[in-house]
Amino acid sequence: MRRIVRIASWLYAIAVYGFIFLPVVVLVLFSLQATSFPIPPFTGPSLRWYDAVLSDVRLTSALVNSLLVASISSLAAVTLGFLSAWGFARFVLPGSGLLRGLITLPLTVSYLIIGMGLLVLFNWAGVPKSLLAAGIGHVVINLPLCFAIIYSQMGDHQINIERAARDLGAPEWKVLLLITVPVMAPAIFAGFFLSMTFSWDEFVISFLLTRFDTTLPVEIWNLLRSGLNPKTNAVGSLVFAVSIVLVVFFELTLLRRKPA
Amino acid sequence: MSAPLVDISSVSHRFGQHTVLKDVSLRIEPGSYTILLGPSGSGKTTLLSILGGFVTPSEGKVFIRGEDCTSVPPAKRPTTTVFQDYALFPHMSVGGNVGFGLRMQGVDGTTRAAKAREALALVGLAAAFDKKPHQLSGGQRQRVALARALVIEPAVLLLDEPLGALDLKLRRQMQDELKAIQKRVGTAFIHVTHDQEEAMALADHCVVMNDGRIEDEGPPERVYARPATCFSATFMGESTILAGTVTQAKERTNTVATPVGPVSLPGALPVGSAVVLAIRPEHLVFGETGGSVKLGTVEVSDVVFQGSFKRVLAVSVEDPSLHFIARLPATATVRPGDMVAVSCDTDQIILLTH
Repeated sequence: MRRIVRIASWLYAIAVYGFIFLPVVVLVLFSLQATSFPIPPFTGPSLRWYDAVLSDVRLTSALVNSLLVASISSLAAVTLGFLSAWGFARFVLPGSGLLRGLITLPLTVSYLIIGMGLLVLFNWAGVPKSLLAAGIGHVVINLPLCFAIIYSQMGDHQINIERAARDLGAPEWKVLLLITVPVMAPAIFAGFFLSMTFSWDEFVISFLLTRFDTTLPVEIWNLLRSGLNPKTNAVGSLVFAVSIVLVVFFELTLLRRKPA
Repeated sequence: MSAPLVDISSVSHRFGQHTVLKDVSLRIEPGSYTILLGPSGSGKTTLLSILGGFVTPSEGKVFIRGEDCTSVPPAKRPTTTVFQDYALFPHMSVGGNVGFGLRMQGVDGTTRAAKAREALALVGLAAAFDKKPHQLSGGQRQRVALARALVIEPAVLLLDEPLGALDLKLRRQMQDELKAIQKRVGTAFIHVTHDQEEAMALADHCVVMNDGRIEDEGPPERVYARPATCFSATFMGESTILAGTVTQAKERTNTVATPVGPVSLPGALPVGSAVVLAIRPEHLVFGETGGSVKLGTVEVSDVVFQGSFKRVLAVSVEDPSLHFIARLPATATVRPGDMVAVSCDTDQIILLTH
């Protein structure tokens, strides 16, 4: 009887993980297809479609665009998130709780709403649809995340460290740059990599806010409109691989704590 | 007369509705070791923060070397602080920590390293230059914090309960070292503590604080032997306290009515004054053949053997609310339940008016 329960629980686990990962496995598997359709039987392995992706100028330039938007917008989000977290942690502000709530609110609003809002706003302000507009959109969605991560790690025990630096003659900007940022580095890197991950495969906002130059997810969507082929699988697998790398960096920086 | 190094003039401070310092004035002489002694909530740490520039007082002024520093930020005043939790920079080496103040002054790398090594040698940690703070023990971190604060040659070094986090043995050892280092560098140290033994061992000048006021200040010997207030008599060492009223005053002698009978002692207070008599534990004599002032009979309630002496707690037979604290020789044969006569000498009684 016990053996049956054990086997059943194993089967259940396999089913759950299969449900989650089977689509990805299929995607990656058929990206290695040698023939022109990503449907069984498997005819590979072949790197033919990866070659096709990398020689497609539109896809590679979209890939570069995506990397640029992700890294620059994440840098902006993590900088602003860090500064606001520091402000909330170190100064007594009127209505601090309410303001903190407001700054994290975008986390709960759908990307579609944020994207539409920005579209209307940029239209009114005369900002053209561009990578810059999409990048600003990514700052909007990632800033609350960076803020929440960094704020949660900003404890009272660092206050005296900052005081000590001031006491030894450091002006405020040096306190931030030489003391607070290095001490908070794990949280800051974690915020940065998580922002990168989210910006990297964000579609809705990029779709709404870019026109000619666009990011990789939007370009993939363009590709998909002409039907499935192993090239879409290959580029999808590349996106997935980059995401995995970013998530691993995030986990490493946040979860690996140095002894105090 | 030389000008005081630090002159705290009528400083008051409020946190919201709560007044933590009430019109405190204090002068610190160059090269002195000052201890601010008081229970938690006495305002001693706030006073230190005001000296360090972390808190701007609600009222009053602070002069350091004759300059008004009341609202000068910590970075720009000639003080450095050794924090209770040491506040070392965890991401820098010990050498980087100690050299930080010099780096902020724009001193070049080689001079910085040399001076940092010198300061580390002063605190006996020359070998730790390349280590990280987390590789050091509590006592060693304490020394690094001290070296870091001393290396920029402040006019005043502020220490916020620097020995609070150390175990007793290490505390006594660091205490001796602190005093030695202070004598060697000659910088004025201002040290906050609630440990009266630490205060007596270290201070040239002891400031007893309670409830936002200075109760008493002076050399620790004087503060112990002749405390100015009842609080000082019970906080800086222990005392037996007898409350009473002056019933007679003539020829510089007061007679005070106490729960254990009249006590005559030198004094010139008018009849009717409410007074407090304080007697240090080592001055109480148990037994019939004692001092000239009889203090009635007590029942011994507790005897604690402390190695070189016995600490005896006893309750007065005449007034059961009156507690006696005595220090008897280790050879004394007293047991809980003993009924003994207590006395002391006239000149050992401290007459206090509040």
